Amino acid sequence: MKGYTWRISLILIFIIASCVYLTPTLVDTLPKWWSGLLPKDKIHLGLDLQGGTHLVMEVETQKAVEGSLDLIATDLEDSLTSQNLRFKKIGRLGGDKVQLTLYDRGSADKVQALIKKKYPDLETLPVFDEGGFVNMQLRINEKEAQVRKDRAVAQALETIRNRIDQFGVSEPVIQREGLNNIVVQLPGIKDPKRAIELIGKTARLEFKLVDETVNAATAAAGSLPEDDELLFEKRTDPQTGAVSETPLVVKKKAIITGELLTDAQIRIDSQYNQPYVAIEFNSTGARLFDQVTAANVGKRFAIVLDSNIYSAPVIRERISGGSAQISGSFTEKEAADLAIVLRAGSLPAPVKILQNVTVGPSLGRDSIHKGLMAGLIGVLLVVSFMALYYKLSGMVANLGMVLNILFLMGALSALGATLTLPGIAAIVLLVGMSVDSNVLIFERIREELRLGKTPHAALDAGYDKAFLTIMDSHVTALITAAVLFQFGTGPVKGFAVSLSLGIIINLFTSLVATKVLFDAFLDRVHVKRLSV
Amino acid sequence: MELIKKTNIDFIGMRKISFLASGIMAIIGILGIIAIARGTANMGIDFSGGTEMQIKFAQAATSQSIRDALAKAGIKEVELQEITGGNQVLVKMHKSTGKSADQVADALKAGIPGNTFSVESSTEIGPSIGEKLKQDTLVAVALSMLGIILYIAWRFDFKFGVGAVVATMHDVLAMIAVFYVMHREVNILFITAVLTIAGYSLTDTVVVFDRIRENMHKSLKDPMITIFNRSINETLSRTIITSVTTFLAAVSLFLFGGEVIHDFAFALVVGVVVATYSSIFVASPIVALWEKHAVETKAEAA
Repeated sequence: MKGYTWRISLILIFIIASCVYLTPTLVDTLPKWWSGLLPKDKIHLGLDLQGGTHLVMEVETQKAVEGSLDLIATDLEDSLTSQNLRFKKIGRLGGDKVQLTLYDRGSADKVQALIKKKYPDLETLPVFDEGGFVNMQLRINEKEAQVRKDRAVAQALETIRNRIDQFGVSEPVIQREGLNNIVVQLPGIKDPKRAIELIGKTARLEFKLVDETVNAATAAAGSLPEDDELLFEKRTDPQTGAVSETPLVVKKKAIITGELLTDAQIRIDSQYNQPYVAIEFNSTGARLFDQVTAANVGKRFAIVLDSNIYSAPVIRERISGGSAQISGSFTEKEAADLAIVLRAGSLPAPVKILQNVTVGPSLGRDSIHKGLMAGLIGVLLVVSFMALYYKLSGMVANLGMVLNILFLMGALSALGATLTLPGIAAIVLLVGMSVDSNVLIFERIREELRLGKTPHAALDAGYDKAFLTIMDSHVTALITAAVLFQFGTGPVKGFAVSLSLGIIINLFTSLVATKVLFDAFLDRVHVKRLSV
Repeated sequence: MELIKKTNIDFIGMRKISFLASGIMAIIGILGIIAIARGTANMGIDFSGGTEMQIKFAQAATSQSIRDALAKAGIKEVELQEITGGNQVLVKMHKSTGKSADQVADALKAGIPGNTFSVESSTEIGPSIGEKLKQDTLVAVALSMLGIILYIAWRFDFKFGVGAVVATMHDVLAMIAVFYVMHREVNILFITAVLTIAGYSLTDTVVVFDRIRENMHKSLKDPMITIFNRSINETLSRTIITSVTTFLAAVSLFLFGGEVIHDFAFALVVGVVVATYSSIFVASPIVALWEKHAVETKAEAA
């Protein structure tokens, strides 16, 4: 095979390309002339190497469906009242139904017509009598529920993204995984506990009137009026850190919710030097707030976040203008975080943290250091062994291996891949495995030489005969690497990426790169003995 | 330099010993799998769910003092493992304890006064993730085995495909057996090592198979066993050399790669050894006996 110019050019092109792609990774600040055309992607370090937090969260989508049924129930109450249709009770029943209890069949028909018009997506079950009342049930079907669940996850993703953006994390990864899960990666985060609290908070803000007619201290859950509920106000003493809980009975129905907010900012009370959160309502919110405060002067208004009462101030006068404040016993950090979650909006359903992996920065540095060390020692061992065993040819194989590593790093850069500790391990392992193809070839060449062939003939025969074997062995190895890639997450995926790329690159270096070195050498110099 | 000169070893003839050894390994491996399925093996929290923390103390802290501090806060059933170098300890709790990393940190702060510590890493995994991972792992292993059997059946024939998969399964079982007996942790990195070795073992096996196929075409008259033996001998040098280089790389990972991948590297070292063994002593003998049997039945029929 004479035409080796193109092969050498190809190798040179790959070497240059790898170096170009590796530059952003190796150089801290790119020079100015490194213009828009040249690549800027670098090899990202996985969380196990640079430190950070990896979260997998499940959105409790069933709760989102229940929440929207609750909304429908409230909305129906309002519409029926406004049309003077009398009803005994409207409420959610289980996880997929809304039940209306009416007084007579006559109004049932009118209600049914109204529902058909307002909620065409809901299924109405046959009307039945029970205890002298008429019961009517609406059901949300599987498909509609699924649509709502899906929307809830998408919304949660968006809200979490907003919160993280406002919290300020560089290069976060926020992705949906599977049906209900959200994966969040926060590299280099210093206070993971605070970040997790911020991300995971449902942040459902509600303003509820306090029911002063019931004594909260003696009220047990069973003895409450039907439209009331018992909530607690938690206060932390800033000096002692002791937590005290005060029970309060409030109306179940929220007058104003967090959706009506336009802004939330942390402020400091100049008088007591206490942080609080100033909130602004939109026009609907402002109007409602105005009406409610006007009608309830002297009563207490509870500010409830995720079923915890933050504070329950007395309404001293009618408040118009659409601004209010949330005060409570919180630190400045907590107030700042509360402002963030209120601005970013509430999650449509609570989230549950399924997986939380946090790696400190020093451990990450240690891992990089040790991984590189192991790699260096591995390379040295393999290089010495090959040089000793196959002499000059061994050095050719070693050169092939170095090219392998260079190309692999270049490819990882070009793809913007993430390097994890197992990924480094894969590269080290590849160092050992990559000489395999050359070992196969060299052993073949030795066999052919033993049969009395000339060096060049033995070389060609060696490469030819080893070719199919090398192909077969690489393809089988690639099958397992591909499976690993498909099912692995995080570190394991990093391992699979390095491994699969390495296998493909190895095919090229062993079949093209090292061969061309031999060819070029044997063509120019007349050799009597091959150093193998 | 040449370590292995032209050899003429009757590898297939040693099958009684090798099959016995492999059989014992495989049985222990299967016991290991049963233990894994029942959750009695040393499972990583990525499969079982739970909390794992790597904690670095400023001054040396004894296991007993850590245990006492945790017990005082009601955290019992903890596995402690000291990490060599730098007063570090690994705290592992399974899902049944239901204690979070924060609770452990608080307990240590209160229970070991005068000794500060930093949490180097913490992992909390819910049980549902572990269940999903178990299923995914099974699917991954099954898929890769299927892919391999199909590819080799296509490139060689069905008998070789089965031989290759049996040899690969043997390696998987042997690795599980070693980890089971040594009570090392079975986690997702171990599974990764197992699948990697599966790929490596196949490479080894395919090289031998390739030579067998070549020799079968070359010398049609020789008995099957002779051809197989000759092929293994001819590729022996390559098998050993490649194993040596891969072994060197894996050992340097094991010795210098650090605590995080210590077990992973150990699995690789074990895997390289068993994979080399199986491609010589397991894969080829199975196909040889099968082929021989097939030839003999054909001869009887004729």
